[in-house]
Parts: sequence; C-alpha cells; structure tokens
Amino acid sequence: MAKITPLREAVASLVHDGDTVALEGFTHLIPHAAGHEIIRQGRRGLTLVRMTPDLIYDQMIGMGCATKLIFSWGGNPGVGSLHRFRDAVEQGWPHRLETEEHSHAGMANAYVAGASNLPFALLRGYTGSDLPKVNPNIRFVECPFTAEKLAAIPSVRPDVTVIHAQKADRRGNVLLWGILGVQKEAVLAAKRSIVTVEEIVDDLEAPPNACVLPSWALSAVCPVPGGAYPSYAQGYSERDNRFYKAWDPIARSRDDFRAWMQRHVLDTDDFAGFRRVLAESMKEAV
Amino acid sequence: MSAETLDFTATEIMTVAASRLLKDGTVCFVGIGLPSTAANLARLTHAPEVVLIYESGPIGAKPTVLPLSIGDGDLALTADTVVSTPEIFRYWLQGGRIDVGFLGAAQVDRFANINTTIIGPYDAPKVRLPGAGGAPEIASQAKEVFIVLKQSPKAFVAKLPFVTSAGYLDGGDARAKAGIPGAGPTAVITDLGILTPDPVTKELTLTSIHPGVTVEQVKAATGWDLKISPDLKTTEIPDAGALAALRDLQARTAAAHGQAGGGEG
Repeated sequence: MAKITPLREAVASLVHDGDTVALEGFTHLIPHAAGHEIIRQGRRGLTLVRMTPDLIYDQMIGMGCATKLIFSWGGNPGVGSLHRFRDAVEQGWPHRLETEEHSHAGMANAYVAGASNLPFALLRGYTGSDLPKVNPNIRFVECPFTAEKLAAIPSVRPDVTVIHAQKADRRGNVLLWGILGVQKEAVLAAKRSIVTVEEIVDDLEAPPNACVLPSWALSAVCPVPGGAYPSYAQGYSERDNRFYKAWDPIARSRDDFRAWMQRHVLDTDDFAGFRRVLAESMKEAV
Repeated sequence: MSAETLDFTATEIMTVAASRLLKDGTVCFVGIGLPSTAANLARLTHAPEVVLIYESGPIGAKPTVLPLSIGDGDLALTADTVVSTPEIFRYWLQGGRIDVGFLGAAQVDRFANINTTIIGPYDAPKVRLPGAGGAPEIASQAKEVFIVLKQSPKAFVAKLPFVTSAGYLDGGDARAKAGIPGAGPTAVITDLGILTPDPVTKELTLTSIHPGVTVEQVKAATGWDLKISPDLKTTEIPDAGALAALRDLQARTAAAHGQAGGGEG
C-alpha cells in the first residue's frame, strides 16, 4: 500500500544518491515540486531518465544532482534551449553530464518493456539514423520468424519514478487523466514510486478503464496542490507560459541561475514557500 | 480584394504552401511549431476532415489556438481520443496508420536527411540541439513526409554533422535498401520555394519558387549546388481566405498565450 506522506519524507526515504530516477510528464503533470525537493535535499550522482527533459531537469542538472541523462528530446517547450543542460553538455558545468540519447519511440518502448519485466524493448526504429552510432545501447536483432532487422534497446528500470496526478483517495489509489505520456509505464517499470497529487478525496469517481494506479503498486502518495507548476494539471490549473519564457534569461547565466535557485528553492521550505517567493520576485520583475 | 494586391510575408506563403499540400481526410502526425501551424491552417480551410495526431497522445485534435507545447491541454480537450505516448508510437505510427508525417528541422541535406541533434562533433558539440523527439520513426514510418523550415546556408547544408532522421540517406535507392518502410520526404517547403526529390537520384530539386524570389536567392540560401527543375513553377500566392484564416489563428494564439509558436516537451 502507498503511504500517504509529506513530500519531504517521501523523497528522504525513497530517493538515494546514485539512483536512477525518472520524473516523467509530457508537458502536462510534470512533477516540479518533487524535483525541487530532490534539489533541496542535495541528492547527487543521479541518472535522470525522461523522454522530454525540460525546466525541472535543467534545474536539477544545473544544481549538480545528475551525472547522466537518458532522454529523447531536451528543450524549453515553445521557448528554446535548456541553457543549464547545454552548459553541462557543451562546457561540463557544474560537472560533466553523460548522455544516452534515444528517439521518443525508443524511450516509450523501453518503459513498456520495463513495466512488462522484459530485458529489452523491440521496435521498428532508428534505421538510417546516426543515433545507433553514438549510443551503444541501440542495437539490432533479427526477427526469428521473418528475418526482419529490428531495433533493440535495454528496458528502462528506474530505482524511483516520480509523477504528478490529479487526485488520490484516502487509501492512496491515484487517478490521472488528460495527456498521460508514459507515466503509467514509468511507475510500473520502477522499483519504487512517488506520486504527488492535487488533492486527496473520499471517492475517485473514476469510470471503468480510467487511468487508475492502485495504491498497492505505489510507494508514496503526497498531497502537493499545484505541484506541477509551471506545467499544468488538467481540470486544476493552466500552464504558466510566462514562467517558461522567464526561465530562459535566468538560466543563461551561471550566476543568475545559482542566485535564483538559492532564493526560490534552497531558501524555501517547500513548494508552497517556493510559490510565495516566486510571486514576490515576479512582481519585482514587473 | 484581388489576389494581385495581397500582401503577405515569406513565412506566410511558406505556411500556406505547406498547408495546401495536406489533402482533406489525410491522417497527419504533426510536429510542433511550423508543421502544427500549417496542419491546423489546412484543417481550418480546405481540409476540415484532416486527422491531426500529436505525439503526446491526442488523436483527431482540433485546437482552437495553436499549441505552445506538444502537450497543451487544448489538444487533449478537442481530440477524438487521447491515448498514451507508447500507444501513439506503437499502434498508430508503427501500426502503419499515418499518411503524412509533418516535420520541422534544424538542418537538412541534399537528400532530405534531417539533423535536430548537434552542431559540431557529437562528443564535443558546438551547439547541443534538443534531439530526436519522435522524428526518426515518423520520418521512416509515415507513408510520406513533408518538411517545413526556413531556407539558409546554415540550415541547408551539403553534409549534416549528424543524421537524426532519415530522408533518402545517400540518395538513389539507399532508403529502400535500408528497409525503411515509408516513401520518405516528398516535399520540403521553405520561405523561398518548394523542393522535391528527383524521382531517380532523390536529390532535392527546386520545383516551385515563391513569387518575388529569384533563383539566385534560393541558390545563395543553399549550402550545395542546388538543382533547379527545368519545369520550375511559381508558387501560387496565398488566397485571401487562407491568409485571413492564418492571421486570425495567430491572433487568437497570441491573445491566449501571449506568443505564437511552439515546441515539444
């Protein structure tokens, strides 16, 4: 059964230095609050996994949490580059970041294989691409029935997967809807999992076939209203496009980035504190 | 207003020309940014039954404004259904149900191969680009591919530093020999004209030039000795209806988001 617990305790007990950690979300339901808590608790040596690393991974990489990134598209959606990610790859700041690079189809299949307890994923993919030349984890096998050449990549099996969802009931069953990305697969592929939720309710009122993650398949459920900010939670909040744009100049300079992280993340106690300080600093900027 | 008096920008004729290629009823896997603008313009004008699929999971999306990210809530709320990302890539793309893959690119070469990964050596990159996203499998498995990007010597290069997604590889029958199922890029639409692959060599050839643009301009914006079709046509200028629909869509988008455009993630 999932333990319903404050986020600080869930991160302290479930995310360890050196772990392979996936914080998943495809633009929607990105677990920013959990990413901040991992930064606050000073985790190091993480292998971060995500199809679409964006601002929260930029922050974690810039704060030195990660030594490796497994991904398929890294950018600030609708704005441009991730400057901290680029600085790590191009200049090795704050330290060298190893990358293992796939396509979305490869990553999605690797999560499915992980959730299915298979050693590798099989797909028709990567043909003609240079990705297999730079990623030795993309290999090709022959179909035993047709002799077709198919791509094989290792399953993604995170030590911990972290996602954000709309709601949980008091037993810790979780319901999410809208754009689901690979969150269900990422949770089921992982040894441990943390789900932050907008609210805890008496009854999920989930129709049959809804995307419900049963409490017994999860490690911890943490109420963090607005915990996906600046991404959104369908039915609860809108994406704050202003913040995605505001992030670009902050992340361009190492000093501005460090100062911003100190004030907004390291010097705040939790995500509610972060939101309060952010409201102040955005007001100052105006 | 007569067509001759219409004023339009290079980006507008590129977008309208790209949207015209999308036929009504087509099932289109849409990249974010320029492809999404062109595909939605097609849906709002001549192709109301086009089916737009985004890699984040929406199938049959009918967004009221242009999405800023590939996972905007409006895509989910207006879609016929929303499936998981693994399902999009496994059942719908790999399953062979996509007619057209509509992609952008940072760079293309003369055989319409695409780079969105890196400028410079992979291990010591000059510029780290966002990476592959869904493009390698869209480029290989959609029945055909349209690529839309602005033309410049930096974007149209003789040799790519990295092939992220396959066009025609080394040209000729290299793509088919590699066992790639889809036909490949059938049009590259730019702000200067439309390039299509030579039927035999598969080398991109300028087959349509936008009005007011010179062949010299297009050649100067291309990093290899660009072949010009002997039957070079002039691109039809955007009609008033399409231009109005495009501007209206962008005005609605700006009002909703405070900006136009979009990216993955």
